[in-house]
Amino acid sequence: MGSQGGFGQSKEFLDLVKSIGEARSKAEEDRIVLNEIETLKRRISEPDIPKRKMKEYIIRLVYVEMLGHDASFGYIHAVKMTHDDNLVLKRTGYLAVTLFLNEDHDLIILIVNTIQKDLKSDNYLIVCAALNAVCKLINEETIPAVLPQVVELLGHSKEAVRRKAIMALHRFYQKSPSSVQHLVSNFRKRLCDNDPGVMGATLCPLFDLITVDVNSYKDLVISFVSILKQVAERRLPKSYDYHQMPAPFIQIRLLKILALLGSGDKQASENMYTVVGDIFRKCDSSSNIGNAVLYECICCVSSIYANPKLIESAADVIARFLKSDSHNLKYMGIDALGRLIKTSPEIAEQHQLAVIDCLEDPDDTLKRKTFELLYKMTKSSNVEVIVDRMIDYMISINDNHYKTEIASRCVELAEQFAPSNHWFIQTMNKVFEHAGDLVNIKVAHNLMRLIAEGFGEDDDNADSQLRSSAVESYLRIIGEPKLPSVFLQVICWVLGEYGTADGKFSASYITGKLCDVAEAYSNDETVKAYAITALMKISAFEIAAGRKVDMLPECQSLIEELSASHSTDLQQRAYELEAVIGLDAYAVEIIMPADASCEDIEIDKNLSFLSGYVEQALEKGAQPYIPENERSGMLSVSNFRSQDQHEASIHGLRFEAYELPKPSVPSRPPVSLASATELAPVPEPSYPRVTQNVASVPSVSSTDPSDLRLRLDGVQKKWGRPTYTPSETSTSTSTSEKTVNGVTKVDAARDTIYSKVRDTTYDSRKPDAEIPLEKQKLAASLFGGSSKTERRASTTGHRAGKASSHVIEKPQASKASDKTVAEKTIVQPPPDLLDLGEPAVLSRSPSIDPFKQLEGLLDSPQVPSNSNHGAAGANKDSDIIGLHAETAGSGPSSGIVNPVPANKNDLDLLSGLSNSTTDNALGGTPTAHSTQVSKGPNTKDSLEKDALVRQMGVTPTSQNPNLFKDLLG
Amino acid sequence: MIKSVMVMNTQGKPRLAKFYDFQPVEKQQELIRSVFGVLCGRADNVSNFVEADSIFGPGTRLVYKHFATLYFVFVFDSSENELAMLDLIQVFVETLDKCFKNVCELDIVYNYSKLHTILDEIIFGGQVLETSSIEVIKAVEEISKLESASNAIALVSKSVSGWRSR
Repeated sequence: MGSQGGFGQSKEFLDLVKSIGEARSKAEEDRIVLNEIETLKRRISEPDIPKRKMKEYIIRLVYVEMLGHDASFGYIHAVKMTHDDNLVLKRTGYLAVTLFLNEDHDLIILIVNTIQKDLKSDNYLIVCAALNAVCKLINEETIPAVLPQVVELLGHSKEAVRRKAIMALHRFYQKSPSSVQHLVSNFRKRLCDNDPGVMGATLCPLFDLITVDVNSYKDLVISFVSILKQVAERRLPKSYDYHQMPAPFIQIRLLKILALLGSGDKQASENMYTVVGDIFRKCDSSSNIGNAVLYECICCVSSIYANPKLIESAADVIARFLKSDSHNLKYMGIDALGRLIKTSPEIAEQHQLAVIDCLEDPDDTLKRKTFELLYKMTKSSNVEVIVDRMIDYMISINDNHYKTEIASRCVELAEQFAPSNHWFIQTMNKVFEHAGDLVNIKVAHNLMRLIAEGFGEDDDNADSQLRSSAVESYLRIIGEPKLPSVFLQVICWVLGEYGTADGKFSASYITGKLCDVAEAYSNDETVKAYAITALMKISAFEIAAGRKVDMLPECQSLIEELSASHSTDLQQRAYELEAVIGLDAYAVEIIMPADASCEDIEIDKNLSFLSGYVEQALEKGAQPYIPENERSGMLSVSNFRSQDQHEASIHGLRFEAYELPKPSVPSRPPVSLASATELAPVPEPSYPRVTQNVASVPSVSSTDPSDLRLRLDGVQKKWGRPTYTPSETSTSTSTSEKTVNGVTKVDAARDTIYSKVRDTTYDSRKPDAEIPLEKQKLAASLFGGSSKTERRASTTGHRAGKASSHVIEKPQASKASDKTVAEKTIVQPPPDLLDLGEPAVLSRSPSIDPFKQLEGLLDSPQVPSNSNHGAAGANKDSDIIGLHAETAGSGPSSGIVNPVPANKNDLDLLSGLSNSTTDNALGGTPTAHSTQVSKGPNTKDSLEKDALVRQMGVTPTSQNPNLFKDLLG
Repeated sequence: MIKSVMVMNTQGKPRLAKFYDFQPVEKQQELIRSVFGVLCGRADNVSNFVEADSIFGPGTRLVYKHFATLYFVFVFDSSENELAMLDLIQVFVETLDKCFKNVCELDIVYNYSKLHTILDEIIFGGQVLETSSIEVIKAVEEISKLESASNAIALVSKSVSGWRSR
């Protein structure tokens, strides 16, 4: 056919294309194109251009714009061309405008009228051209202008027109669902069109509609199934065959729709089983399109209500995909596997080696898909291997987008399944180091919190070991250039809190490091703020320990620099540091107790400890305090009386009374006047202090201060406790597998179970493939094979203990704070604090010490609440420990009667679990059971935990007393 | 839904670019460049699929096929099947091949508008319209016939191959 039929171009255009093709550089190309644009600009505005010339100019404009140059000067000519009666010119005009203009362009208004006319044309080609333009150029506002014509075209005699009209309506629906809402029934009607092409076209909009609202289309299940059946049985005309497949694109659409309709609907799904099974059997797996249909079948099977026979066929197809040499099929196989393991996790194990091959494949797409699969199948037993792999890959790539994604996945998995907190910290360090600025700030807060709260084990040794290992690793990392800001914040906080705790590193060493950080990242105020607060903590701990603090010169200069900083926050911190250094050991000890970051701060917002004093003052005739919001509220209403009161309250702040009280002021006006004058000296010094307290209390509890401090509200706490059940299951699985022993043996056993037909080829292939030992190991560690089970069993067992004690952590922490409170009460009995008027306080410190008031805030309310915590926690504990004892001895001893009836469910589940593991030993399907089981307790766990947290009244913000310390310069 | 069809040569020069969601000219160039950047970094024996969420937004994938000096690229979202899209490229190329008899890059360059006509018969508003190359050719021929019939203007019908053999 060549370039016959009017598609030819002029010599000029060909020359242009040629010269562009021969251009040596981008600059040369640009010069040529700019020249061309100049020529076109000149020519196109000449009068009386022959039409065929004009057509060519427009094509050249399109070409120029495709090369990335602005051709907007010619848009109007393209629009004019659509008005032409000549078919060629009209089509060219439409082509140009669809490529040039967007739906909101100003020139569209000039085209709508033409489109309206053309949609009514007798020539179906003109109608088609107009429909094509409609898809691209009509927006929400202009839809009503063309909608009637398009709807009319649904009954056009030409099937091509009907098909395009449906697709245009679909496009309208995509752009503005409301504009065609009343026409949705048309799609249903067209499903019964005589022409299969038109029917196929309606599947696209129906798919979209069903995605949005499944339930309204359940009645169509039967129709879709019967259509699919007819298609699969080759009832359509031969012309719909593609590569010997009957209408594969229609089959794919239908399968997609059935997947939506059958999801979670047993009845609907049952209608589909036969036809999907037929397609599995009939489908030609040698052609690309046949595999496309098969893949769609797998997607459908994994989405609809499970049917074991179909799942088996799907697993067979997946096996074929994965064993294929084609990367495309492997990719589809991995994707399909990821879908199917949701319903039947055990099939992943047959394919472990294939999956590992894909992981090591040079093809990036395949690799990423495989990581996605691994992400879906991560359990506590294989999390270490998977996350290590992910991190290695994350380090190796440069694509920031994917790096962010994989980093957040690493974090998510680590938080969910971390086998130990030490591992968690190491993993987080790696993630932060390589992708720190890409991860969410909450991750950093989680890490700090974990280090602060520690294992929660009974011995504090483990905690301090964890901390010193964190400190050590951070001191090692801190010198590296260009660390991400988030990571530096974590480092500074940990060094400040625990840098000197174990005595391995001297205060001056750490101070020096912190000063280096503040200097090296002098543009980052957040890091500087973290660093200076860390410095303050270290000096405070030193002073409290009775050691002399020598200010390093760089530290001194840092303080000086920050005192003059533009940031008021940095300034304040610097001044606070200076002030803390100036205090004596006793005061510092109290305002900055060592390792107190986990203690709860109870804030008595009512300042009830002052009530005695207030009453006294009132008795003496002081004005009652009116809260600020009431005052302003009244002011805004601005009624007369409130204004009076407002003025009265202002009087309290004035030193001399120069106004007579108004008669409308209630409650002893003369007394209030007297109070204003006579008692002024007494309330004055105390009043500002009260306001200061009032001001400082909310600022402590809210984490507002420019987000600098550790913020714990809303932070998910995922590690540790919630995962103890999966770990438990994995212990049992691995032990059960140990008894079976040997990867290959396990495989062989499974093969015989799962792949009756294929396993001859599969098995015969495996031995001569000579799987490297390393790969086998990896497979084992990913899929819970036996080579690592010994170690894993022990670690998980260890973890079970850990997890159980993690629960105790809370009460333990509160116990610790109980102790400190007790110590304090020896020095300073709480009643003194509760009543400021008592002589005991005055005797110790003649002037009222602001710190003491704050202690009052801090300590006295804590005494009762802590004991509460202890009790509540202890109760809860016994439950959970009981549960754990149960789990630990899960095998034979599941018959132990637990005293707490609330745990009955757990017991049942767990005994079920132990049953399942014994099944496994007999060659059953371990993962199926274990995941099913692990699902239950997990949600229960989180509920339990939530309840525990609530019971203990742990509000996240209150766990951080150093917020408070910082405010006391 | 299919978001875009691109044809570019192995040097990254666009030969055809069609976006079913409007993209401004600069954005088009950027997208073409980043797609080329991804494609030229891929070896020959790897899969034809690329996850393109960093270029086109979440959930988008692209399928490409490399013929001689050309890349054919289809960009689409999660409602399409990768293997099916790969076959759609096949349909497109087969149709071109039948239209131009052993299609090569030059045919595509010089018959720019015909290329669009063919593509519009295969993909309509981002949805697959026709997958049989015979049907597509029929439709295109009919258009050509009617065009030349209605066409009073004598277009320059210069044979491309003739020009090339000069």
